[in-house]
Amino acid sequence: MANDLPLPEAETPVLEMRGISQIFPGVKALDSVSIQLFAGQVTALIGENGAGKSTLVKILTGIYRPNEGEILIDGEPVAFASAQAAIDAGVTAIHQETVLFDELTVAENIFLGHAPRTRFGMIDWRQINSRAKTLLAALETEIDPTIRLRDLSIAQRHLVAIARALSVEARIVIMDEPTAALSRKEIDDLFRIIEGLKRQGKAILFISHKFDEVYEIAENFVVFRDGRAVGHGRLKETPQDLIVRMMVGRDVKDVFPKVAARIGAPVLSVQGYSHPTEFHDISFELRQGEILGLYGLIGAGRSELCQSLFGVTRPSSGRLALEGKTLAIRSSSDAIRAGIVYVPEERGRHGLALPMPIFQNMSLPSLSRTSRSGFLSAANELALARTYAERLDLRAAALSVPVGTLSGGNQQKVVIGKWLATRPKVIILDEPTKGIDIGSKAAVHGFISELASEGLSIIMVSSELPEILGMSDRVMVMREGLSAGLFEREQLSAEALVRAATGNI
Amino acid sequence: MARLLKNREILLLVIIVIMVSGFSTRAPGFASPANLANIFNDTSILIILALGQMTVILTKSIDLSVAANLSFTGMAVAMTNAAYPDLPLALLILMAPGIGALLGAINGFLVWALQIPPIVVTLGTLTIYRGMAFVLSGGAWVNAHQMAPSFLNIPRMPVAGLPILAWIAILIVIGAWFVLTRLPFGRATYASGGNPTAAIYAGINIGWTRFVAFVLSGALAGLCGYLWVSRYAVAYVDIAIGSELDTVAACVIGGISIAGGIGTVAGAVLGSLFLGVIKNALPVIGISPFAQMAISGIVIVLAVVFNARAEKKAGRIILRDRGAKEVSA
Repeated sequence: MANDLPLPEAETPVLEMRGISQIFPGVKALDSVSIQLFAGQVTALIGENGAGKSTLVKILTGIYRPNEGEILIDGEPVAFASAQAAIDAGVTAIHQETVLFDELTVAENIFLGHAPRTRFGMIDWRQINSRAKTLLAALETEIDPTIRLRDLSIAQRHLVAIARALSVEARIVIMDEPTAALSRKEIDDLFRIIEGLKRQGKAILFISHKFDEVYEIAENFVVFRDGRAVGHGRLKETPQDLIVRMMVGRDVKDVFPKVAARIGAPVLSVQGYSHPTEFHDISFELRQGEILGLYGLIGAGRSELCQSLFGVTRPSSGRLALEGKTLAIRSSSDAIRAGIVYVPEERGRHGLALPMPIFQNMSLPSLSRTSRSGFLSAANELALARTYAERLDLRAAALSVPVGTLSGGNQQKVVIGKWLATRPKVIILDEPTKGIDIGSKAAVHGFISELASEGLSIIMVSSELPEILGMSDRVMVMREGLSAGLFEREQLSAEALVRAATGNI
Repeated sequence: MARLLKNREILLLVIIVIMVSGFSTRAPGFASPANLANIFNDTSILIILALGQMTVILTKSIDLSVAANLSFTGMAVAMTNAAYPDLPLALLILMAPGIGALLGAINGFLVWALQIPPIVVTLGTLTIYRGMAFVLSGGAWVNAHQMAPSFLNIPRMPVAGLPILAWIAILIVIGAWFVLTRLPFGRATYASGGNPTAAIYAGINIGWTRFVAFVLSGALAGLCGYLWVSRYAVAYVDIAIGSELDTVAACVIGGISIAGGIGTVAGAVLGSLFLGVIKNALPVIGISPFAQMAISGIVIVLAVVFNARAEKKAGRIILRDRGAKEVSA
């Protein structure tokens, strides 16, 4: 039949998730989320960083088991006991960061774990290579399946990842930001492939930040915010503005205890900071008592910029001046000495030596101050740690217990205390409330505000719009390594920031 | 009591005491002060080497070249003494840690500047240093009669009931404790191994810290070169062969995390004494040397399992709030 009848709403979805919740210690990553995927259609999953998209992908691919809710395939409830069970049920995923092996051939990568066997149980190389060739041909590419992966370009590797995802008999294909590493031409190629998959009747979940792409390829959408599905529908009938509003959601400015601090003279001035690969030509000024929000999507270069301000990496060009004096920061110890400190995003990985006691972690960057003629002084270190533990309301049995025994919120307090103890002029906070519970969040926000009112200058990197909107005096938005605009507090609006960050003007 | 036994060092001490009293039921006199002093003296070189090894391991590295370093340095000072018997002894005793530190610096430089994994670097220099000892000596032995009596006697001379060798070990234990707990460098070793990234962010130069750790380990190995040669009154290429593994074993048994960042001087000393007691006891109670090696091996594996479990437990607490309440001050 050639006539295009609209699909009846009663059509059974290929895959349905009902009331899915995923709880991690202290965080509800997904809160009774329901979505439906239909054969031959693309459903776009839209949401800010941390809205719960990746958690959903992990549930669908059998990596996490949800605490509540059910998954139905063709109306039948299923439970994925393992990643293999998800594959067996016909779910395949193309992950954001492709997980492939450089030293194996293209064909081996495609069939790793489910290689066709000969009668004797040996790997059937002839079939592997010929089937790989067929799969790649279906993707309109002529990659030789027998060459090693490391000889391919990034885009070609991506095609291999797609071929791998399609090498299993899958009816449900999940694409987690598949276009992030691709050029416009490669995106067009990818979209042709997706159109082909649609014609084969596959149900596709397409995760992306970029609205233009979503409107181009998807039929349906689901918007996630803070672990909840806050809206869904057909894209054709939904204007972009509405989706942006769903993503951003609430009006939260007054929830944040931002005190209007007296903003003084410029303290830090950055001119034309560039890095060979991560960011280019970034300039801004930071004034005394000011909180400068740094907003952008993951991969926009925010953390990389901050790390180079702190001397962990070196910029290829640019000038940095603190209180009018030009500084050459070659290492983090230079930065600490000058009065610039950086509270990194991942506490465990960058911030704390977990086996070491609390007080030793806190005093680590301040040892030159607590030591007496070159010898460590435990008494001074403990006194320093006690001062900041009290100020931050740190809950610990004793300051001599290993930091690893503390909860996430208290660990964050140790990190912040450790940097405050260096008596900085400028403090850079990278995602200061990521992964901590709501109660501690408010305490951290209150404390940041207090620091600003005491005259400390703060750069706050955050992917959470409410936090950026509620806390910042000014906001710099970064997109793909470039500055995408500086907004004064009066001009701040969620829509404006999201537009600047995603490039949807 | 149960709380005390959770402390790794105290637990190990209790085990050593139990072992000693157990052995003394089979071999009377095993627990006599003279025999205990003898065991300590016997273990002195291992203790010194293990302390160097520990410093390196704390920074998330490993030094497999300590025994080869000992062999080369021992050969060098023995041959110097044989060739120039008039050189003052003090000079030779300074020369040993000096040469050792130089060899350690080579390890440290390769790890720091060329970013080669420490296990690869020291596996290479392990062979090179031993080979250098062979080239230096041409494979010949330096025997007791070629060396000056003072050169040989100093470490064995008893002072207040213990030979000087044992006193040197005690001084170095105190020194290592001081360096690791009272100097910023010591803190830097724990931080570099405990979390290298966090250490960099805190302004610590972890490359330099590792370099210094290797130099220290080398210097101690060099000093042991002299102590070994004078104690056994002979120098040849294969001395102390395989001892590098004993030093690692002593650290592991003493609760020093092979992943870096965790461990105490007391642990390294007790780990060495544990091996020393076994080594001294087994022949006394009539167990063959082959079984000795197997028993040492089993103990090492058990210690690693024990460590891995302890570390995993600590890691699991991170995710939970009640972790903080479990620990009482």
